[in-house]
Amino acid sequence: MQDRKEKRLAFLMVLPSIIAVGIFVYGFIGWTTRVSFSAWRGMNPDYTFVGFKNYINLFVNNLRFQIDIKNTLIFTVVFVLGCLILGLASALLLDQGLKGESFFRSLFIFPMAISYIVTGVVWRWLMNPAAGSRMSGLNLLFDKLGLDFLINSWTSTPTWGIAFLAIPAIWQLSGYTMAMYLAGLRAIPDELREAARVDGASEFNIFRYIILPLLRPVTLSAMVILGHMSLKTFDLVIATVGKQLVLDMPSVHMWQITFDGLQYGSGAAISILLLIFTAVLIIPYLFFSLRKEVK
Amino acid sequence: MIRSRTRYWSYIPLVLLVIFYLIPIYIMVITGFKAGDEISVKTMWDLPKTMGVENYLKAFKQLAPNLLNSFKVVIPAAILSSILGSLNGYVLAKWKFKGADVIFTLILFGMFIPYQSVLIPLVQFMDSIGLYGSIPGLILVHIIYGIPITTLTFRNYYASIPNELVEAAKIDGADMLGIYRKILLPISIPSFVVVLIWQFTQAWNDFLFSVILTQPQNWTVTVALNNISGGQIIPWNLQMAASLLAALPTLLVYIFLGRYFLRGMMAGSLKG
Amino acid sequence: MHKRFTFVLALVLISSLLLASCAQPTEAPAPAEPEAPVATEAPAEPEAPAATEAPAATEAPAAESGQLEVFSWWTGGGEAAGLDAMIAIWNEKYPDIEFVNAAVAGGAGSNAKAVLATRLSAGDPPDSWQGHAGQELIGAYVTAGQLEPLDELYEANGWYEIFPETLIPLISQDGHPYSVPVNIHRANVLWYNPKVLAEYNVAVPTDFASFVAALEALKAAGMESPLSLGEAWTEVHMFETILLATVGADAYNALWAGTGDWAAPEVTQAIENVKTLMGYVNTDYATLSWQDASKLVADGDAAFNIMGDWADGYFYGDVAGGNLGLTPLEEYAWMPVPGTQGVYQFLSDSFVLPVGAKNRDAAIKWLELCGSKEGQDAFNPVKGSIAARKDSDKALYNVYLQSAIDDWAKDVVVGSLAHGVVANPSWATQITTDWGAFVINFDVAAFQAALVASCDALGPCGD
Repeated sequence: MQDRKEKRLAFLMVLPSIIAVGIFVYGFIGWTTRVSFSAWRGMNPDYTFVGFKNYINLFVNNLRFQIDIKNTLIFTVVFVLGCLILGLASALLLDQGLKGESFFRSLFIFPMAISYIVTGVVWRWLMNPAAGSRMSGLNLLFDKLGLDFLINSWTSTPTWGIAFLAIPAIWQLSGYTMAMYLAGLRAIPDELREAARVDGASEFNIFRYIILPLLRPVTLSAMVILGHMSLKTFDLVIATVGKQLVLDMPSVHMWQITFDGLQYGSGAAISILLLIFTAVLIIPYLFFSLRKEVK
Repeated sequence: MIRSRTRYWSYIPLVLLVIFYLIPIYIMVITGFKAGDEISVKTMWDLPKTMGVENYLKAFKQLAPNLLNSFKVVIPAAILSSILGSLNGYVLAKWKFKGADVIFTLILFGMFIPYQSVLIPLVQFMDSIGLYGSIPGLILVHIIYGIPITTLTFRNYYASIPNELVEAAKIDGADMLGIYRKILLPISIPSFVVVLIWQFTQAWNDFLFSVILTQPQNWTVTVALNNISGGQIIPWNLQMAASLLAALPTLLVYIFLGRYFLRGMMAGSLKG
Repeated sequence: MHKRFTFVLALVLISSLLLASCAQPTEAPAPAEPEAPVATEAPAEPEAPAATEAPAATEAPAAESGQLEVFSWWTGGGEAAGLDAMIAIWNEKYPDIEFVNAAVAGGAGSNAKAVLATRLSAGDPPDSWQGHAGQELIGAYVTAGQLEPLDELYEANGWYEIFPETLIPLISQDGHPYSVPVNIHRANVLWYNPKVLAEYNVAVPTDFASFVAALEALKAAGMESPLSLGEAWTEVHMFETILLATVGADAYNALWAGTGDWAAPEVTQAIENVKTLMGYVNTDYATLSWQDASKLVADGDAAFNIMGDWADGYFYGDVAGGNLGLTPLEEYAWMPVPGTQGVYQFLSDSFVLPVGAKNRDAAIKWLELCGSKEGQDAFNPVKGSIAARKDSDKALYNVYLQSAIDDWAKDVVVGSLAHGVVANPSWATQITTDWGAFVINFDVAAFQAALVASCDALGPCGD
């Protein structure tokens, strides 16, 4: 009895959040969904129902949307993998109890503190693809250091240019991934490793068969957090490479078609598709982690 | 302890990483010191000829009023969304009513909404409740869109705390809020640090909500920064100086609270 | 019924949440006030427009105090300085009306447009805002009924006579002018470095063929990229000037009016021509701003650049302001894009009067200032553009601008695509997208087919 009253109180405690999220997330998604099925073009709302027309337009003969999908895939894979690898590597390096650990730690995390609006321009300069006498940025640095093999055309590289756009994103968030991994590593009891060592396991095998599996939950949540950031990437693209069609991303497409082109219906359709992609990525994870808990 | 030789080798990749993380900062700092005619992509690596601080002073003058606005927005937003997240997390981890997991999932999914696509209903709604244009309105929006991540963090943390602790307190006659206050709150400090830092950074760096939801006199520092860098002719030195100034508060937060951040993450928050 | 209840409940809860939030930080009273009544009458909608009506009705004497909120994307450089010059005049004339400068920068007005769109959707227009004169304003706000026609204002101020005759139709819809142009920029300018041309012994081009010949000669002499170019919109900018150069002013106007044929061989030729030019540009163009591209010419890394005449402000302006401080005609020089001599491809920043302006009287005063000789001659020399009026004081302007004033008076006037004059926003955005596809594969036929399709779908060809 007592318990039931308390549970009601508990429910009332989260109710404001439920309602707020209900309006600000689901209410607005509902609005966007409605617009995505409408003919709305121009400044005045026009909710005339046009069925899946806006969606069909995106999938049929729409080079731009194909570029969006391709770029999102490449960017996400490079960005997430880059953060995971760099994050794990630096966490492993720092987990040895080195002198100056806290210095390195703070330094690796702090790019996260700066917004893309700020760093985007610097990366634009650094990744300048000009060759010959006008060589600048990182290419110039590589040239002077004799690392010529590293010179490349960055985001202007045909087909794979978008992969280079992941570099600033990795710069910003690999430190955060490092922190997650470091936290995970510290949670692994030393006895486990010691025991394995006593049994004669090599360091590599300890890593492969003991540490890596134990870090799996960290990897998973990092993937989700990074993955959704990558799908929403907007500021970074605008600040670093502007609105180039080759380097287009769904969020940029949506912004441009909505606020420059005033085609609200099409813009809303992109948003909804973006949400659906996200849901496809996220829901299995949520399902998995909640079920694991029940066990 | 062991393998001291490999440990020394570790410094090589670490130093390389330091260089990687510092290169953009180096460019920002030196460009901020340069005079207008020294700036060129060709000479971007060169040190400034003079160490004039005019750019920094000028940038500060332009940003100062907006810096204040940012603090007015970010501090309450970070604190309140942390408290709200903590309460939600507590309920959703320890007082699971029917459907609690579904609600948690639904709240969590809110994290993934692309904000650019909801600007119009957002503005209309804020207008209809009379909060459009004001700082409290912006705070409210930051709090609400902060609910998913703060709830996630606290819920995962509280879920890792043994239920026996709660059960024991119940037997001792403590009620729901009492258990929260006496048992969970005191051990939540690390998570609070993580969430506060996270929310502080997010809200501080936010440009979109601020520019859309507030009137000019209430604009935060990112809007002012964008206005410096978005003119037809961009004074790079001023922009870089302003960028550094605008990032300073978050940098300081990381420098001074960075260790707590990590400790908080180790304590179980944010790691899923 | 049920739904409304939830909504009211939501409002009450949110406001209570908010009250809690206001209690702790500094200023509680201000925000707490407005929300209380709203919470009681949930479907709140009407209040905003009602509030806007009130001040509008009153006549001049009563409205001498208050506010004027002007929205623009002028936040830096000469634009901001020009706006400041106008604000200074405003403050002198109307000391009791506070000027609120709501400028938002970024993405060539893209952020500003988003902010404006959301504000309009909430029924909260600024008292006046900046927009590119022509279809960008007409296609967006006039067709949506968000602007007041300005016939009376034009009549009262004699603007029909003082603005060029060819300009009025381009900023009007159904015979009514909807905006007041403060300045005129020219899009079809070819900037070049005379020293570089002399050094390589290359003559200033006179038509498209000699332009290509000059580029070829420079390239053969070892210059990597004789023509400099920047990011996406500067590419579209170059395309529009070449389109004009290739088809001529009349056919160009017809294309935008929907009476021309986008499938015509002349258009094919124009695309071929711009494709030819793309063979001489810097490889890193997509990552450069227009400013970076102009600097290539100033530094002698390139010989030519096609850009609007705001580039003059960058070449000429003082170094402290981030400009280059060059000597005109010696260190940089200009000519109409070869093939467009005698044609003035213009764009213009203009201000409007929104329906439901909170401070309508002040807004009208502002528009009068924008159209006045005093206002335009204060703004333009600083901004680096010329006045839209025919009677501006030439002595105030620099060498380039004086030549532009002469041309403006005698040239044929056509509008710019990249800067909002000739195509409505949806159409212009689509062309930009199609151009983006073109620079991936340089498929001339596909680009032309896309141009035909977009005119049908989004432009006047489908009407």
